[in-house]
Amino acid sequence: MNRTDSNSHSSGTFVGCVVGDSEYGKCTPPSPPPGLRGVILNAKWNKITEKLGFALLWLCMAFCLFFLGAILYFIVVRGAPAISWEFLTSVPRRAMTRGGVAPAIVGTFYLTLGAMLLAFPLGLASAIYLCEYSPKNVSVNIIRLSINNLAGVPSVVFGLFGLALFVKAFGFGVSILSGALTLGIMALPGIISASQEALTAVPQSYREASLALGASHWQTIKKVVLPSALPGILTGVILAVGRVAGETAPILFTAATFYTRDYPTSPLSEVMALPYHIYALMTEGTHPDEQTSIAYGCALILLAMVLAISGIAIIVRGRQRRSYGT
Amino acid sequence: MLEEKQMTQLKRILIENATLVEGMIAKSVKGLRDEDAHILRTVIEQDETKANDYEITIDELCVTTIARYQPNTKALRTILMALNISSGLERMADHAVTIAESGLYLIEHPIVKPLIDIPRMGEITISMLKDAITAFIDENPDLALKVCERDSSVDGLRNQIARELVSFMIEDPKTIERALQLSKIASNLERIADLATNIGEDVIYMVKGTVIKHHKDQV
Amino acid sequence: MEPEVKIKAEKVNFFYGKAHALKDINLDIYANQVTALIGPSGCGKSTFIRLLNRMNDLIPGARMEGRITMDGQDIFAPRTDVVNLRRRVGMVFQKPNPFPKSIFENIAYGLKLGGVRDRAFIEQRVIESLKKAAIYDEIKDRLHEGALMLSGGQQQRLCIARCIAVDPKVILFDEPCASLDPISTRKIEELILELKKDYTIAIVTHNMQQAARVSDYTAFLYLGSQIEFGPTQKLFTVPKEKMTEDYLSGRFG
Repeated sequence: MNRTDSNSHSSGTFVGCVVGDSEYGKCTPPSPPPGLRGVILNAKWNKITEKLGFALLWLCMAFCLFFLGAILYFIVVRGAPAISWEFLTSVPRRAMTRGGVAPAIVGTFYLTLGAMLLAFPLGLASAIYLCEYSPKNVSVNIIRLSINNLAGVPSVVFGLFGLALFVKAFGFGVSILSGALTLGIMALPGIISASQEALTAVPQSYREASLALGASHWQTIKKVVLPSALPGILTGVILAVGRVAGETAPILFTAATFYTRDYPTSPLSEVMALPYHIYALMTEGTHPDEQTSIAYGCALILLAMVLAISGIAIIVRGRQRRSYGT
Repeated sequence: MLEEKQMTQLKRILIENATLVEGMIAKSVKGLRDEDAHILRTVIEQDETKANDYEITIDELCVTTIARYQPNTKALRTILMALNISSGLERMADHAVTIAESGLYLIEHPIVKPLIDIPRMGEITISMLKDAITAFIDENPDLALKVCERDSSVDGLRNQIARELVSFMIEDPKTIERALQLSKIASNLERIADLATNIGEDVIYMVKGTVIKHHKDQV
Repeated sequence: MEPEVKIKAEKVNFFYGKAHALKDINLDIYANQVTALIGPSGCGKSTFIRLLNRMNDLIPGARMEGRITMDGQDIFAPRTDVVNLRRRVGMVFQKPNPFPKSIFENIAYGLKLGGVRDRAFIEQRVIESLKKAAIYDEIKDRLHEGALMLSGGQQQRLCIARCIAVDPKVILFDEPCASLDPISTRKIEELILELKKDYTIAIVTHNMQQAARVSDYTAFLYLGSQIEFGPTQKLFTVPKEKMTEDYLSGRFG
């Protein structure tokens, strides 16, 4: 196209033209007035920082996921070879190099169950009292602070406490009972906190509506507040179960033993437990080669148990949510 | 529409009021024609009070409805027209009372001429009022327009009566007093017809939203 | 004919701790009539209405002086059964608050509280209440779905149905249309006019036109004091107090 004609029109810049070549000749956008220039630069800078920010956050998350993945990978790859039906169901033989870890699985199960039987009702009831019944004054805050502090106590200290109180003073000896009680007390703060949060998250409007219909305080709690807070409470329970099942220090002195011939017969019997078993195999094991893989196998079982419990709780929560139309 | 109940009540009271006023006009003319003083006194002593009461009731109802329901568009026009109609009816009632008072005077005295045109005017006027009110209730602008058109025939009759009476007065000055009273009656009937026409114009505004007062030819 | 007085408030003073929220309120709530409370924000109208079913008991530091009687009996007497009072005096709140349960369970809630077990009776009552609240046709195939799936206006009518199900004598509305769109608001206003045949109604509203449309008696409160109380017709056309007139003409508030 003949450009000479158009060139004679253009003398510099066109206002409002598109950047780049056009049939009217090259044109550049008019330079913005000084103040506006600052705004435009700022906008570009904002875009860059935003993209950077996103990238950084994504990297952090990927980092965490990486470690999670790595842990899973290690445990699964090293533990899977040890898993077999025999492993899961039979007692250990030949100095822990053959057989299975069934007693430990059973032991962990009983300990966790016992701990929950103690912690769940006590914890829930305490949370209900703190949220619904106690007068809203300073003493409540002190109680809350104390509970949070309890949560910060190191697990081995719990173990010592359990030893002193349940094993020695109450005379239960090293047993499922002592271990479960100790683990239960350890789980209490977590359950109380989670339940409290779930209860306070229930909108006050539900309580008002219930009371306005002629319900007593307890009826309101039972029929409206608790069902509504259940998902949150269950979450707290799941977390507590996960923690309790995997704790080693509290059961060190109170329940666990390296070897029992058979399955536990009463709450007062000693018991094998998965976390302790891992510890024992890795530190006191006599045949490290075989026992290492057994240890990984235990770890895998433990992981699977916790994941399974989480999965069940998530399903139950999902059902609760759907049925209440939240 | 929350104000529906009020609107229905308003229309009902207006119909009652209009019926009363129609009766007052009919009675005044009839009492004059039949020389029935009793009926004329009913109009003056009883019916006028009732008509005034109706006006007060309708005023209150309209004000309350506006204050409570803030009606707009058609409902608002209806209420404002209802106020106009109510005041028109009250003035018609006043005219009917004036007719009755003149009638009472005329009955005491010998007649000037046989009454043909005045009862005729009375009939047309009453029918105009009836139709105007019906047009309001039914929201029928065509009927309202017909009312406006009949006004000219009433004006014609009034002029005819006036000419006749003038000739009587010239012939016999002793009839002046009575002729003037007759003329007054005709004027009052013509005023009532005008007021009925106003109602017709109001109905057309209420229904169509166009003002035809003073612009009859443009409808 | 003077309607009978259902609830009578005499020299009511109410305190939130040190704050004097209600000063010398004297009101009559008439049976089967709608009484509205209007006034600018913070004038105490919600506070007063919550006294009528003793919901203010839930607030720590709240104190009431004076007398409130229903059917002649003092509702603040020491031996009053508050739970029973709240069954006779129901409340609909500003923001619709159905429980996170199914529609059916929401309505049945109040009945089950009272110990009713007969399934057939409960079903019948639920349907009746939904019909009275003018919402049955809209949701009759969804009775067992979650109540929180409904729109705002529907939720509010559901709350009204829930309130009616326990057969109260009085229904208190605390700004029931504040969070609703105009069409839902109109439906609720029409509903209130229907309900008035069977129940005594008191309504708090910040919308004075709503009070004008819906109520038979209106009380105007300002900063905790009662400025005027009377038949709505009179109050909105010839108010006695200048302050009432100023408020109604929009000169303040």
